[in-house]
Amino acid sequence: MWAAGLNPGPTMLDQGFLKAPLGRLSLDSLPLHEPILIGTFIGVAVLGLVVVAALTWLGRWGWLWREWLTSVDHKKIGIMYVILGIIMLLRGFSDALMMRAQQAVAFGANQGYLPASHYDQIFTAHGTIMIFFVAIPLVVGIINFVMPLQIGARDVAFPYLNNLSFWLTASGAVLTMISLFVGEFARTGWLSYAPLAELQYSPDSGVDYYLWSLEIAGVGTTLSAINMVATIIKMRAPGMTLMKMPVFTWTALCSNILAIAIFPALTAAFFLLILDRYAGTQFFTNELGGSPMMYWNMVWIWGHPEVYVLILPAFGIYSEITSTFTGKRLFGYSSMVYATVVITLLSYLVWLHHFFTMGSGASVNSFFGIATMIIAIPTGAKVFNWLFTMYRGEIRFELPMMWVVAFMLTFVVGGMTGVLLAVPPADFVLHNSLFLVAHFHNTIIGGVVFGLFAGMTYWFPKAFGFRMDEFWGKVAFWGWVVGYWVAWTPIYIVGLMGVPRRVHHLDDASLRPYFVVAAIGAVIILIGILGFVMSIVMGIVKRKALADVTGDPWNARTLEWSTSSPPPAYNFAFQPVVHDLDAWHDMKENGYVRPTTGFNPVHMPRNTGVGIYVAALSLTLGFGMVWYIWWLAAISFVGIVLVSILHTFNYRRDYFIPGHEIAVTEDARTRSLATGA
Amino acid sequence: MSSNVAMPSRHDGSVATRTWFVATEDHAHGGGATLIGFWIYLMSDALIFASLFAVFGVLGRNYAGGPGPKQLFDLSLVALNTGLLLASSITFGIAMMAMESDRVKRTMFWLVITGLLGLGFLYVEMHEFAELVAQGATPQRSAFLSIFFTLVGTHGAHVAFGLIWLVTMLIQIGQRGLHVENRRRIVCLSMFWHFLDIVWIGVFTFVYLYGVIR
Repeated sequence: MWAAGLNPGPTMLDQGFLKAPLGRLSLDSLPLHEPILIGTFIGVAVLGLVVVAALTWLGRWGWLWREWLTSVDHKKIGIMYVILGIIMLLRGFSDALMMRAQQAVAFGANQGYLPASHYDQIFTAHGTIMIFFVAIPLVVGIINFVMPLQIGARDVAFPYLNNLSFWLTASGAVLTMISLFVGEFARTGWLSYAPLAELQYSPDSGVDYYLWSLEIAGVGTTLSAINMVATIIKMRAPGMTLMKMPVFTWTALCSNILAIAIFPALTAAFFLLILDRYAGTQFFTNELGGSPMMYWNMVWIWGHPEVYVLILPAFGIYSEITSTFTGKRLFGYSSMVYATVVITLLSYLVWLHHFFTMGSGASVNSFFGIATMIIAIPTGAKVFNWLFTMYRGEIRFELPMMWVVAFMLTFVVGGMTGVLLAVPPADFVLHNSLFLVAHFHNTIIGGVVFGLFAGMTYWFPKAFGFRMDEFWGKVAFWGWVVGYWVAWTPIYIVGLMGVPRRVHHLDDASLRPYFVVAAIGAVIILIGILGFVMSIVMGIVKRKALADVTGDPWNARTLEWSTSSPPPAYNFAFQPVVHDLDAWHDMKENGYVRPTTGFNPVHMPRNTGVGIYVAALSLTLGFGMVWYIWWLAAISFVGIVLVSILHTFNYRRDYFIPGHEIAVTEDARTRSLATGA
Repeated sequence: MSSNVAMPSRHDGSVATRTWFVATEDHAHGGGATLIGFWIYLMSDALIFASLFAVFGVLGRNYAGGPGPKQLFDLSLVALNTGLLLASSITFGIAMMAMESDRVKRTMFWLVITGLLGLGFLYVEMHEFAELVAQGATPQRSAFLSIFFTLVGTHGAHVAFGLIWLVTMLIQIGQRGLHVENRRRIVCLSMFWHFLDIVWIGVFTFVYLYGVIR
């Protein structure tokens, strides 16, 4: 009756349910004609077989399953997040190297070594992986490990949910990695803008891989954020009022509240795009009333605050490190807290600056431009707080502190180019140029990545009981810092000259020297990454010499340093009572004596494999949906519901560690403290 | 927390009276966090609905030459549906009062009534959707219909999940009675159920009533 004259294109409904048991998956979906991918696949397969063989040979499968994969211990989950982030960093960075290599050679008659369709997949995968599967897992992992220790808790509020969140994130990462070898990844840029990402223009599996990976990982991130906020609100040690919370915990709180506020918008945007692609609806199409710009608005309502979700915890890390390595209480603690809260609120009001060119008019653009510039004020206050903390402090330039100094020098430049881009007329010129790309790499590498390296170096001895190797740590530091500037200064320059982003080939050969220098910079960053891996490897090799028996190797100030390194499963034999900001410093100064007797049983959550099962079923659900294998998707979905229901019939979710077992652990620590002292 | 935690004032300067740790702790940790955690989850779910309402605000009049609310909506059917869902909130409230007075059978009875009303709501909604599709007013026809089906359907999917949860809950009450964990879960389910009611009031007002009068 209301039939439209236009054909909305093929939809899921046109695919017969039983027509093809493997959906649209066929031998042609495998990239057998791409030597780079075949080589990568062989490498990954060999590496995987080596790991499997080693675990089998050492008989470690049961140990791996019981002690790690099914663990609900926040410390182990945090470490697993960090491992996931580092593995995905290697993938994301190899994408970066390939792009730099392509752009360094593809001038004039030379088309470079990558076909355009492959290049487009690489820049999409690079951005998607670096944000969703590197930055988020590393930030969430560090929060997971550190925050409960900082607030004197035994675990997070929902330990099982924590395990599930991790595995959902890992499932999303695995689905993205599968796209490397089965089918292809999206070619639409890291936010897959409509209408390009609609079925009509992107009919293959790439955008579907993108959407399902990020929907699955996004659920994990949302659940994790809910868990962290509930933990900080309800599980702080007695005496730790909000204004006595360590700054890192404050930034974790704000970051996770922000994540809860924004991820629903992303989930909804992706859900609607999925409906457009699978059910033929008209949300973001150019036909029958759809609005592609609504997709841009929705993803950036998530996207802009997301960078603050990532950088606020990094700011927290810098604050803890500055205070520790200057031997001083943080300058302006309350202004730091208020600045964090103000940034949290403002970050929600600036999304439109990502598309000033949409044409929303001068007044709307002015509002968003000014709101964006205002964020520089609380951020500037933070930088001055760190500087004033350092002022007349007894600064120890150990590795974490070196990262802080490099951050301040690098990030301030990124902040200033950000204010420049916030001016709408300037943005009209620089929009979608390499200047913009240089700006956000300036803030994300100089702000988030340096912070994550600082944090990993700082808390590594707490997690494993020995420090990372210092020489290789310095190689990592100098590689990243020098490499960053060599790689991105030329990109700033060509961006200002008007070179657009996401370009596979350029005609003007006079630009080539800039891209060659940028490629050299990427190689220097590679040295930094390898240095970081080596500093862990050499740390393990020299772990006896680098051991931390005190539990407080840096003479630090917050509660996580009051327990042993690595902390026991129960974190604290007795729950600490807090009297002051910098609780551990207060304890050291005011005559705290570690209790050695009178241990009580400790109530702990029990491990469970349900998180892995649900995440594995989510993975098969995503894979089935990507390839139109409807029976697989349906079985997986029903499986998720059933496993979740069955899990609720398990009422035995906790146990007690008996007092005498705690006494054994604590006595061992007493002895090692005595020999160490 | 145990009562032996002495909290000396920060300014009294006496170090000796300070307590550094809790000697005996209360083991019931985590329970209090469930409710706040569930509240936060509901807020995040509310933001998904907020996003869908915002999309409705943008696309709600993009009929693309197809039918609009006046031609499609049967308000008497919607009134029936609204009545069913609002009544189910009342019956859930009665179930909660029965739970407070520890009456297992009575709690289960009113939960069953709640579930039947929810089922009735879903039946009417499916009936409405089928009518629309039969007329050719499908989600593919226009952006307005896309968001109409998605917004109302997402709410309906939540009600369906609520029903699955309710059935699970009934089995668990049957097995263990009003166990302390079951009580906590029933409180969460009731929050979820009332939340869906509130969302429906938004749907009823902005999608149906406002759609027909404008």
